[in-house]
Amino acid sequence: MRVDLYEKIWMGVAAALIVIFLAAIVVAAGAYAIHPQSHVETIDPTTVLEDPEFGNPGVAIQPDGSVVVTLVAEMFFFDPDPIEVPAGRPVTFRLTSPDVIHGFEIVGTNANTMVIPGYVSEFTMSFAEPGEHLVVCNEYCGLLHHNMVGKLIVQEVGE
Amino acid sequence: MKGKHALASANFAVAIIAFGLAACLAVLQSLSIADISFPMRREDLYYLSVTAHGVLMAIVFTTFFIMGLGYLIAREALGRLAAVRTAWCGFAVATVGTVITAGTILAGKASVLYTFYPPLQAHPAFYIGATLLVVGSWVWGGVMIASYRSWRRDHPDTPVPLAVHGILTTVIIWFLATFGLAVEVVGMLIPWSLGLVEKIDPLVARTFFWWFGHPLVYFWLVPTYVLWYTIMPKVAGGRLFSDPLARMVFVLFILFSTPVGFHHQFADPGIGAGWKLLHTFTTYAVLYPSFVTAFTIIASMEVAGRMKGAKGLFDWIGKLPWGDPFFASVGLAMLTFAFGGFGGAINAAYAMNAMVHNTAWIQAHLHLTVGTTVALSFMGAAYYFLPRITGRELRLAPLAKIQPYLWFLGMALFSTSYHIAGLRGLPRRVYSASLLGDEMGAQWATLTKIGAVGGVVLFVSSLCFLLVVATTWTTGRRTQVEAIEFAQPLAPVERRGIWDRLGMWTAVAIGLIIIAYGYPLVSMLSHERFGSPGFVPF
Repeated sequence: MRVDLYEKIWMGVAAALIVIFLAAIVVAAGAYAIHPQSHVETIDPTTVLEDPEFGNPGVAIQPDGSVVVTLVAEMFFFDPDPIEVPAGRPVTFRLTSPDVIHGFEIVGTNANTMVIPGYVSEFTMSFAEPGEHLVVCNEYCGLLHHNMVGKLIVQEVGE
Repeated sequence: MKGKHALASANFAVAIIAFGLAACLAVLQSLSIADISFPMRREDLYYLSVTAHGVLMAIVFTTFFIMGLGYLIAREALGRLAAVRTAWCGFAVATVGTVITAGTILAGKASVLYTFYPPLQAHPAFYIGATLLVVGSWVWGGVMIASYRSWRRDHPDTPVPLAVHGILTTVIIWFLATFGLAVEVVGMLIPWSLGLVEKIDPLVARTFFWWFGHPLVYFWLVPTYVLWYTIMPKVAGGRLFSDPLARMVFVLFILFSTPVGFHHQFADPGIGAGWKLLHTFTTYAVLYPSFVTAFTIIASMEVAGRMKGAKGLFDWIGKLPWGDPFFASVGLAMLTFAFGGFGGAINAAYAMNAMVHNTAWIQAHLHLTVGTTVALSFMGAAYYFLPRITGRELRLAPLAKIQPYLWFLGMALFSTSYHIAGLRGLPRRVYSASLLGDEMGAQWATLTKIGAVGGVVLFVSSLCFLLVVATTWTTGRRTQVEAIEFAQPLAPVERRGIWDRLGMWTAVAIGLIIIAYGYPLVSMLSHERFGSPGFVPF
């Protein structure tokens, strides 16, 4: 196959570009541990509201000072709402749904995950600055999908 | 309908009717998101309309247009169409399926969006109609392969014409893609919606949906590239820069279009991070053939400009026929794809995806790619093919000349504002961007209003297109039929090469799919799973 010189150069440049993109992703994933939420855990969606953990959603401070937010996304609200977390501490979110698929997005951050009935989503992040964030459902879940919003309040921690 | 292009015409007609309906719904959606009131603005009708728009544009318009293009190219490039009667049966099945599905949506029984993720549950007729549409398209795929086989018997040593190579690639991708869809719809959704099984696993269903959902993109894109590679250089007055590289591009799409679906599920629980990373690699691999295409197509345009006497570095751009509606459509579609492609690289970026997942950014992205790159190329193709298959002169030619530019302008307004709104966190597909009057709504309000202006411009552009097509088809002046001519490459291909061995490449593609999906599916199915009953919250 005869390929024009300029085209050969371009094909090399394009291949190099793709290798650079992938290298950036691999470095971010490997060295900085930046991964999408990929937790594997199942739960019966029909009994979520009686579940010992998800039946009492809320914010719990662990003995080591870390925070666990147990959250249920339902048509058409988040429980708890508002979510109150301390600034500067690792916060682990555990989420599930008793009905259809929802999204959980904290606007202005990279917290953005699907909430799929039958599965538990889990990720950990921390909020450096105190303040308020809007929380939205970003997966169509029915007639009042656009009303499914909540608040996340990051509070200053007194020493 | 009579004539050698009757099948193609019938398919184009269904495609264009679907496009017209979907375009009318789209403008109202853009107004609704921006909180601009109009009669009948209601939540239920908004989500119904989003569903209808997605199904009619992304599935019906594209599939019927591509089937028509396949029939047309087989007739022109191979000089034959095998099993015409069977092909008509396929057309009838697909059309009946479309009417059933569209009717179910319009009746308000299937506002589940075109992704129809369970446990949202539509009326069974929605799934059954969609299945018929796909079965009809399988008949088309079979007819394409049979036509090629018949031609091959008469031409044992000639390389297959490039346009047919591209159409066969499209058919192979469609069969690989719709296997996943069939498992989801026939194996899971239909029995569940009929009440034969009580529960469904939403994650497994989503996984099979995206097995289909991404190669669907290449089912749209490869025929678009066929127009760019084989028709555009001729219309521009030049030649195709490289024929063998075009074949390589098509084969790379066969290999890498399917084993990439997890990049739509980065945010899903239940799928290990390692597999998401593997699908990131294959997704970036599928960028490569588009990079190569960009060079070949732009080089072909330069060849055309220089054959018309252009001298300096950039003079050739001005020598191109920007007043020709087909050329203008394709030129603007390609320009748009540069932006759409780079946005796609961001979406596919494993961790960065979290910044844009399910936001208005994604709406903006897919309106650049399928909504402009593919749709505008198809509209341009209609201007090129319609006179040639009906034997009628294009009517309202000035409208046809400005229509691609209007589309480009409207999409620039819509897409730019929605990209920005998405980066700021506006979720996609909301009845109202004010989200219960949160103060964030204020900063989104300006952007969504610019988007609505774009929506209106796009609607005007759609009306221009529909007017030109309808008047040409019915009252265009009968004229001497111009032939459909495929572009000649600078250096013709004389022998069948490695890129013509489509059967072998299909086998490799199946191997890649097994690697990418085998273990994750086995692992998904081996968890303790509970399943969900159906919900109808619309």
